[in-house]
Amino acid sequence: MKISNQTLYNINKNEYQAQQESKLEDAMEMGLTEDEFNLICNKIKKIPNKTELGIFSAMFSEHCSYKSSKKWLKTMPTKAKHVIQGPGENAGVIDIGDNLAAVFKIESHNHPSFIEPYQGAATGVGGILRDVFTMGARPIALLNALRFGSPSELLTKHLVSGVVKGIGGYGNCIGIPTVGGETNFDKSYDGNILVNAMAVGLANKNRIFYSAATGAGNPVIYVGAKTGRDGIHGATMASTEFTDNSSEKRPTVQVGDPFTGKLLLESCLELMSTDAVLSIQDMGAAGLTSSSVEMASKGSLGMYLNLDLVPTREDKMTSYEIMLSESQERMLMILKPGSEEKAKSIFDKWDLDFAVIGEVTKTGRLILDKDGFEACNIPINPLVEDAPEYDRPYEIIQNQNTIKINELNINYTVDEILAKIFENPNISSKRWIWEQYDSSVMGDTISSNGKSDASIVKIHGTENSKSHGKGIAMTTDCTPRYVKSDPINGGMQAVCEAARNVAASGAKPLAITNNLNFGNPEKKNIMGEIVGSIKGISKAASFLNTPIVSGNVSLYNETNGKGILPTPVIGMVGVIDEVENCLEMNAKEDNTLLVLGQSENFTEGWIGCSVYQEIENKIIDAAPPPVNLEKEKKIIDILLQLHTKNLLTAAHDISDGGLLTAICEMLFKNNLGLNLNLPKSLLKIDSKDPTLHSWCFGEDQGRIIVATDKIDKVKFYLKDSNLDYFVLGKTNASNNLNLMNINTISIKCLKNLYETTLPLIMGKHE
Amino acid sequence: MRSGVTIFPGSNCDRDIIVALKNITGKAPIKMWHKDTEFPNLDLIIIPGGFSFGDYLRCGALAARSPVIKNIKNHISRGGAVLGICNGFQILIEAGILPGSLIRNKKLLFTCRDTMLEIQDTIISPFLSGLKKEHHLNIPVAHNEGNFFASETLLNELKNDGRIAFKYIKEVNNDTDYNPNGSSNDIAGILSKNGRVLGMMPHPERAINNLHGGTDGLKFLTKSFEQIIG
Repeated sequence: MKISNQTLYNINKNEYQAQQESKLEDAMEMGLTEDEFNLICNKIKKIPNKTELGIFSAMFSEHCSYKSSKKWLKTMPTKAKHVIQGPGENAGVIDIGDNLAAVFKIESHNHPSFIEPYQGAATGVGGILRDVFTMGARPIALLNALRFGSPSELLTKHLVSGVVKGIGGYGNCIGIPTVGGETNFDKSYDGNILVNAMAVGLANKNRIFYSAATGAGNPVIYVGAKTGRDGIHGATMASTEFTDNSSEKRPTVQVGDPFTGKLLLESCLELMSTDAVLSIQDMGAAGLTSSSVEMASKGSLGMYLNLDLVPTREDKMTSYEIMLSESQERMLMILKPGSEEKAKSIFDKWDLDFAVIGEVTKTGRLILDKDGFEACNIPINPLVEDAPEYDRPYEIIQNQNTIKINELNINYTVDEILAKIFENPNISSKRWIWEQYDSSVMGDTISSNGKSDASIVKIHGTENSKSHGKGIAMTTDCTPRYVKSDPINGGMQAVCEAARNVAASGAKPLAITNNLNFGNPEKKNIMGEIVGSIKGISKAASFLNTPIVSGNVSLYNETNGKGILPTPVIGMVGVIDEVENCLEMNAKEDNTLLVLGQSENFTEGWIGCSVYQEIENKIIDAAPPPVNLEKEKKIIDILLQLHTKNLLTAAHDISDGGLLTAICEMLFKNNLGLNLNLPKSLLKIDSKDPTLHSWCFGEDQGRIIVATDKIDKVKFYLKDSNLDYFVLGKTNASNNLNLMNINTISIKCLKNLYETTLPLIMGKHE
Repeated sequence: MRSGVTIFPGSNCDRDIIVALKNITGKAPIKMWHKDTEFPNLDLIIIPGGFSFGDYLRCGALAARSPVIKNIKNHISRGGAVLGICNGFQILIEAGILPGSLIRNKKLLFTCRDTMLEIQDTIISPFLSGLKKEHHLNIPVAHNEGNFFASETLLNELKNDGRIAFKYIKEVNNDTDYNPNGSSNDIAGILSKNGRVLGMMPHPERAINNLHGGTDGLKFLTKSFEQIIG
């Protein structure tokens, strides 16, 4: 298949090689250090040419090599009976029974989304969907975790508007429902927003596709969109800090085409239903480079590619450009010999490019031809095995300050604080955002956008005469201010909150995908945040038997030396056996609310590091609420047991803003009211009482509010459970929250604040 | 009932409407690939929602020039029934089968949410005859270009001829946001002159199950199918 067309270029081999020669300066420009350059020369026993150097720099980038985090990622719990595939493949896979597997992953597109919000976010969604359907799964749901800077900044509004349009633009067009997520604002993200996209897919558990190359001589196939000059060296860009001139990096951002994405999805799944595909890898970060290297490396084989056969959008693209382009919607496959024609007919039907561009070899080397010259000839092993792994120095800083209730400086009454909480865009309704996402396409969405604590999508085809079938519950969670104050505790809290959310929707939490977003790991304290949160996540995930099956690390989220709040996002997946039994968070009239995990004698809530502390003290400088893993596990177990006995009508996790905030959220939807029971010691005090405030707004962990219309049975069951609980009262139609004689609070007014805050902020962009 | 569902590259609600058809009629529709031209005679063709040809050029513009459109026109001239949902409505307009145009939503934002539909006084149509006018339908929309726009003359003509099928209406009195896209006269769906072609922006196939939050879509589709087989 080698073709010779060097006559076209009128140069001979020596002239070609002279053009391709590289120096240390080239390596530095590509983001490599002098040590790394020397290591490369040493390993391949020559000075790499420009194409070879480009390939090394992409594979050695933080984005591809995880060089700062690898040492710690290896320590995470990744195994359990229900895990089919842990980290290391395109996505994680878990067994959900009935011969089905859930395939899922979360991935960041932070740097590109800041530079070009629409395309950055859109390709983030496209990329994560490809990761999932590459494994042979049909994607059934999208979620996201977004972080933006201060909402008063004009730039923030521009970024929110662009990112939301981009996520919707891709997901809506390709026809996968966006069912949930979280959006928060904090000034630490002013120069570095976070756009983490999560996709969940479904596959037959015996039909999972992997990326390891097999069989020397087998054809290597390129399918999908043509390769262009977009996104060249995107992975390297995503591995450095920003400066004031980052807008110059716009050409490194990829451009997404959800229409081609949809064609690629359908054609790949159609081909995968035959026996033609031996292995498959999507071209994501570092494009053809990482896909070919990873396939060859995993199969302990080599690969030969003739780059003249790669479908390109532009003429005269160099080998360097072709290998480092991050053009979207492309796949690399290895087919069973002889099945090329059958495969081609499928891609012809969907009007996509299909080209045999090379073959698997036994050489253990990556050999590339272009224009009749050998453009690259390097061993595969050093690209992966010898990628640097740094044991960076770290310091885990745990804030030990505790806030004493009687030292609190109180300015506001309970109702004033609630008003401030619901005016806070971190807590107010995100309707302005989620109405821009198609959440109901595919017809299987049962709960989306906050109807229950975790979103629920029905598993198509599992319905029977008795039930509507199984469902998958999904959520994304992280409380960065807790992680900042105490990385270990913050990591544990993120896992526990995610698990509580899944359980509060009626599902059993099963496994985790995580997205670790941090600043510059070369700084000791930031590395401490990374190590600390990995320790915390690992401890909690291990305890709850929800292993980490996939994930992504995004470092260098810094601008001019200022880093973001540490944001290790947890994406949790669970299963509910009968979707009709999913639990909403919205309370119904005449139901009793009770809080699980809190006793009658409990009066002093944990206000350090809380939303309340920020409102009253204007600062957050304290230890976050401690996490008790045994209590967390117990509350999840008991909640699910109560639910199995059909005793619950709603459930809602207590998180930001504490108990009173959660109660209000449960009352909003059906315009209800509640005469709130208070612990005896809190009766007959005024609305500025510090203990009352701590009880109302403390963010103590391990608590869930449940609603029931069978309170006696619930009490009877809880009596033997050894779990604390406290009855909050019965919902009524008054639409007021009554705190005994202390305060009467209009739920209607709070709901109005809850609904209008974000539209007012975004107003000028409508 | 013999039915068919068209599939263009970029269609993404084809599976959803096929599920609805199977559940209601017990029989799967035939799939009509956009490049194909040979089909048996059918009672109903449904053009599903999605982003045919990526919405490039204009929504529905490229699909309206596909080979399968000729079959749809022949089917209509034989008196066959056609239902275009969302992108299907856009395609019917681009193909010149229904009048007017569907432009960007007034707020310039994609909108996915529930809407309440009021059934209008219309000419005889299999899609509406089985429905009681006093019963409003709660059916979701999900689109970026659903703002029905037409000249005053055409709007009057549609009204006078009884060709406005559905209008968005307020659920509660103070709801100022009940029309999701700024559509003229709150129009959500219109009929052809013979009443046998309906284009509508809301997605009935997303409201066929209590778990969807409502079954008004099921009611609408079931009544329509009953009338079509007569």
